[in-house]
Amino acid sequence: MYNFNYKKASSRDDAVAAQSSADDGSYLAGGMTLIPTLKQRLAQPSDLIDLADVGDLAGISDDGGAITIGAMTTHATVAESEVVTSKIPALAALAGHIGDPQVRNRGTIGGSIANNDPAADYPAGCVGLNATIITNKRELPAEDFFTDLFETALEEGELVTAVSFPIPDKAAYAKFPNPASRYAIVGVMVAQTGGETRAAVTGASQSGVFRAADIEAALGSGLDAAAAKEVKVSADNLNADIHASAEYRAHLISIMASRAAAAAG
Amino acid sequence: MTDTGIGASVRRVEDKRFLTGRGNYTDDIDQHGQAYAWMLRSPHAHARLNNVDTAAAASAPGVIAIFTGADMAADEVGGLPCGWQIHNKDGSPMNEPAHPPLAVDKVRHVGDQVAVVIAETKAQARDAAELIAVDYDVLPAAIDMNAALAGASAVHDDVPDNMCFDWEIGDKDATETAFSGAAHVISIDVVNNRLIPNAMEPRAAIAHHDSSTGHYTLHTTTQNPHVIRLLMGAFVLQIPEHKLRIVSHDVGGGFGSKISHYAEEAILTWASAKVTQPIKWVAERSESFMTDAHGRDHETHAELAMDADGNFTGLRVATKANIGAYLSTFGSSVPTYLYATLMAGVYTTPAIYCEVKTVFTNTVPVDAYRGAGRPECTYLLERLVNKAARETGIDPVEIRRKNMIQADQFPYQTPVALQYDVGDYPTAFNTALQAADYEGFAQRRAESESNGKQRGIGISTYIEACGIAPSAVAGALGARAGLYESAQVRVHPTGSVTVYTGTHSHGQGHETTFAQLVSESFGIPADQVEVSHGDTGEVQFGMGTYGSRSLAVGGPAILKACNKVIDKAKKIAAHILEASEADIEFTDGVFRVSGTDREMAFGEVSLAAYVPHNYPIEEIEPGLDENAFYDPLNFSFPAGCHICEVEVDPDTGVIDIANFTAVDDVGRVVNPMIVEGQVHGGVAQGIGQALLEGCVYDDAGQLLTGSYMDYTMPRADDLPNLNVGTQSVMGASNPLEVKGVGEVGAIGSPPAVINAILDALAPLGVDDISMPATPSKVWQAIQNA
Repeated sequence: MYNFNYKKASSRDDAVAAQSSADDGSYLAGGMTLIPTLKQRLAQPSDLIDLADVGDLAGISDDGGAITIGAMTTHATVAESEVVTSKIPALAALAGHIGDPQVRNRGTIGGSIANNDPAADYPAGCVGLNATIITNKRELPAEDFFTDLFETALEEGELVTAVSFPIPDKAAYAKFPNPASRYAIVGVMVAQTGGETRAAVTGASQSGVFRAADIEAALGSGLDAAAAKEVKVSADNLNADIHASAEYRAHLISIMASRAAAAAG
Repeated sequence: MTDTGIGASVRRVEDKRFLTGRGNYTDDIDQHGQAYAWMLRSPHAHARLNNVDTAAAASAPGVIAIFTGADMAADEVGGLPCGWQIHNKDGSPMNEPAHPPLAVDKVRHVGDQVAVVIAETKAQARDAAELIAVDYDVLPAAIDMNAALAGASAVHDDVPDNMCFDWEIGDKDATETAFSGAAHVISIDVVNNRLIPNAMEPRAAIAHHDSSTGHYTLHTTTQNPHVIRLLMGAFVLQIPEHKLRIVSHDVGGGFGSKISHYAEEAILTWASAKVTQPIKWVAERSESFMTDAHGRDHETHAELAMDADGNFTGLRVATKANIGAYLSTFGSSVPTYLYATLMAGVYTTPAIYCEVKTVFTNTVPVDAYRGAGRPECTYLLERLVNKAARETGIDPVEIRRKNMIQADQFPYQTPVALQYDVGDYPTAFNTALQAADYEGFAQRRAESESNGKQRGIGISTYIEACGIAPSAVAGALGARAGLYESAQVRVHPTGSVTVYTGTHSHGQGHETTFAQLVSESFGIPADQVEVSHGDTGEVQFGMGTYGSRSLAVGGPAILKACNKVIDKAKKIAAHILEASEADIEFTDGVFRVSGTDREMAFGEVSLAAYVPHNYPIEEIEPGLDENAFYDPLNFSFPAGCHICEVEVDPDTGVIDIANFTAVDDVGRVVNPMIVEGQVHGGVAQGIGQALLEGCVYDDAGQLLTGSYMDYTMPRADDLPNLNVGTQSVMGASNPLEVKGVGEVGAIGSPPAVINAILDALAPLGVDDISMPATPSKVWQAIQNA
């Protein structure tokens, strides 16, 4: 990696101040994407502002109708949390299948969504479960947060502080992993929250996470798994690479949505 | 008496240091005043190298020196040599274009070395390398073998149509006759997918030159230190053996990829004399992907002739083998003598003809990778035999039984040079069928179908050849080295033993297995024996470890040295016990005068040898330390049967290996636990090739599978529980009666997996699938059917 200035922030304000005073500062959460990128010399930030010591960014709270997860909460913590496993088991299961044990014990929900890798699991979890993304400046619905490949609505220096998930009536996440990287080739979060059915898809689209309207229509209020399986999803604007064609991804959207719906019951 | 001899599952003595982080790997070594090297590598697959401007980099912080190909050429450094010369059909020798350690006029694959930067720290060396300005004229890349053969772009200006050689084996006329009279001709096209070895430890080296003595020492991650000393010393750098020491202590996996003499070894050794301080280089993982020799990469068309009764009467094979941008150390032997000589398989096919065109492309060199030639051959044959069964309506079990060499036919002369020494293929086959519950498959298939899954079963009956030998035969076939092995057995005064072997252990467990040989021979516990390898300063000579040769060739050398020790010790015991040498028996570690109670323990005799107060000093010299070289009578021929059962999810193409059975004939088993582990590892790599691993270059020669994000290494959860057993006939080619086990798993398994998938998908109309059979490919095949 190239040289950079390292600062361990002591509070949110300290972190934001450090970022704004840096030439090209980058927040460091779990570092599971950023550090390998630096090691490959594919990025050259002037400053890294480490959030590890900002204590109030980590933790899970149950607000009755919603669960709020601090941005610096690791995937392993979410996967094992009693609150999450009992109230939104689909989210715990999603977190429990990200990467490998090392990644899950370092990687964080805030880091993941701020990076918005188009094959990451959390974007589908957030959009499917109709989460609210909370930053140091505002709150915005997940659907408005994820804007494009590796692009979010975050402004320069804006810091994700937490994600709030309303407790769904039913939900399940079905992921078809890339055999090599274990990122999602297609991952679908199917959820019913307050009467609304959602199917959010990660891994498949050229522009990142999206809601599959035709799948949602087929699922209907009864989460009809058989109907979802029959939907012929268009391959237009889907990714194609050495691991999967656009047609295969389109097909897997129906299959994974159907399996998620069946698991959600 | 000892219970740590041949046949005991002694725990691996090396594992304690491996598992507790106390291994002595090359990167664990740091030398006083050590500098660091960074290789500037070509980002292009093919380009003319006009100018390499190092001026700005040379003045960067910490930089000690920068060298380019021009500097090495000015010193008349030689090219990296190839160890096996192959001849064309017309008798002319293969094309051997120059392979300079640092590129001179052209770069020929992504990752080709352009310059080396030596600096105080690795980061400084890397920073400086970014300041080197290289003027490239990018040329079209030759990537696809067929385009390369059609002359798409000349990888080497002096090699027409990129053809390294056009070779043949077998009787062409007899084979044509067999085809003209055939009742059935079955034809197939298969690709043997290119693999990237990915040893856990990346390659590394530390070179040091002592200007006061003229000694060079190179620590390097090699499977064969003496071979590196010979090749690099004699052909590249002109350093005589007595001034060059190669050290390769613990090595974290090789799988063939650490046989080759690599450019970095020569660059560092040469540069160490220029900068007069030790230089260290450790590959980044991404450098491993783009510079370690790759494996496999064949395209083959083959036809099988059969008579009306289903007997194989002829086999005709045409293979194109990718050799990469340069001839690697043994790259030429893999698609020829390690491949086509096995085309009889375990079958009695009387007429065989195989031709191999070997092609230069702008990709990293291809060389031996676990199995080296035999997996490619086995995959082709066993796919073809299964296709023959399907097209003629003969059961896949019956077609194999009908054509199998029988136990009373040995020695069996094949039509492709090799003579199999001994074996019993039908018995191993039957044992495997029983272990896999072949009879019960129909019921299991019905159960899968009721769950919406497609189930299939696939068989592979294979043979392979280990311990390439004897040297005279290998030499006649083009090997530029002998393929014997050496051992020194040094008995210390109080009876403990150090064994020096010319083979090299990089995970195989030689320190345990070889100690068991000595334990058996001397009747002493294995923990009284230490095995030393990997240092040309300690070990007399050796050819290293590859081709499952260590036990089959290195083992008998140890046995021979042990027997020399026993012969001498008998003379000593006879003198002290005042008996005739002919009356001395040696059993269970005790020398005894036959028919009496007069005896001496092994340690008493060894002490007498070193404290010769009462000693036959006029007849024999003191000490108990013997050397032996052993050159085998023949190859050894492990064989066996692998059976795979898969369940395919037709909705996703996901393949679940429901059962995997391996029954292998590896000859005498020294350590059953290590043998089982070797089969497990080999099968894991074989399943990796069949389902997961595939190297992909794009048309411009960029490596698309250059990291674990895109190259699928098998993980534990990709593998089933393995049902592994041995069914051995004692080997006949060496006195230990061993055959070799390191590669059988990787050789036997891939066709069993693919045959199982094709069996599962046959009801859906799928009749072909290529490796790796990824879910995406399986799903697409179902859609296309």
